Amino acid sequence: MAKIKFKIKAKEGVIKIKTIIKHPMETGLRKVKGKIVPANYIEHMAVLHNGNKVVDADIGSSISKNPYFQFNVPGVKGDTIELKYKDNKGKTGSVTAKSK
Amino acid sequence: MKRRLFLKSVMAGSAVATAVGAGLLTPSMVFANSASFKVKSDAASASIASVGEGLFKLKAPTIAENGGVVRLTVDASKIENVTNISFYIKENFTPLAASFNLSGAQGYISTNVKMGKTSQVIALVTANGVTTQVAKEVKVTIGGCGG
Repeated sequence: MAKIKFKIKAKEGVIKIKTIIKHPMETGLRKVKGKIVPANYIEHMAVLHNGNKVVDADIGSSISKNPYFQFNVPGVKGDTIELKYKDNKGKTGSVTAKSK
Repeated sequence: MKRRLFLKSVMAGSAVATAVGAGLLTPSMVFANSASFKVKSDAASASIASVGEGLFKLKAPTIAENGGVVRLTVDASKIENVTNISFYIKENFTPLAASFNLSGAQGYISTNVKMGKTSQVIALVTANGVTTQVAKEVKVTIGGCGG
């Protein structure tokens, strides 16, 4: 459903992972014309480096719309980075890329 | 009917429209987060008082023009064995914004958060079992006039 922008670049032994996930991130508190917009936000996210989990994040509704994240993971060019997320409605998304 | 018309006209008002459009939080009794996250958030609230000052950097704007997108960066890459980085926004409905469990990654996280109003932003970093904090106040201005 959602698009994920994913940029990973290795430099001096560190892989910089930059990502923007297209997601509404509704808090469930916002009202439009008096009606509450149902909550819809990313609950859980994980980053895998060559299959090993390096980041495991619990995310709340206070994270902005279309969330942006940056992580630094030790690694070299050619390593595989995978990102997975799951929102409160059970929808999942993932992206896999090789480091440049 | 009058009330409805009034509401509609208010919604049309640009200031409100921008505030709503920016995804700002409005107080309500709805539980926005799952129970487990709520527990974590409460635990973080309780622990903050007893946590000492950290040696890492928290980058946050002094004045945020748009509370819908506030870039926060924690740089604790000089600290070894960082296991958790959490962002905590005191005045938000759910104060804990996100908690990152790190295993192998460097202690560096950058992300965007929403802020309902001017608040203290606290970053918590856990390394070698010890949690430290760095706090910074971020002013949220709506419409760019004062705060």
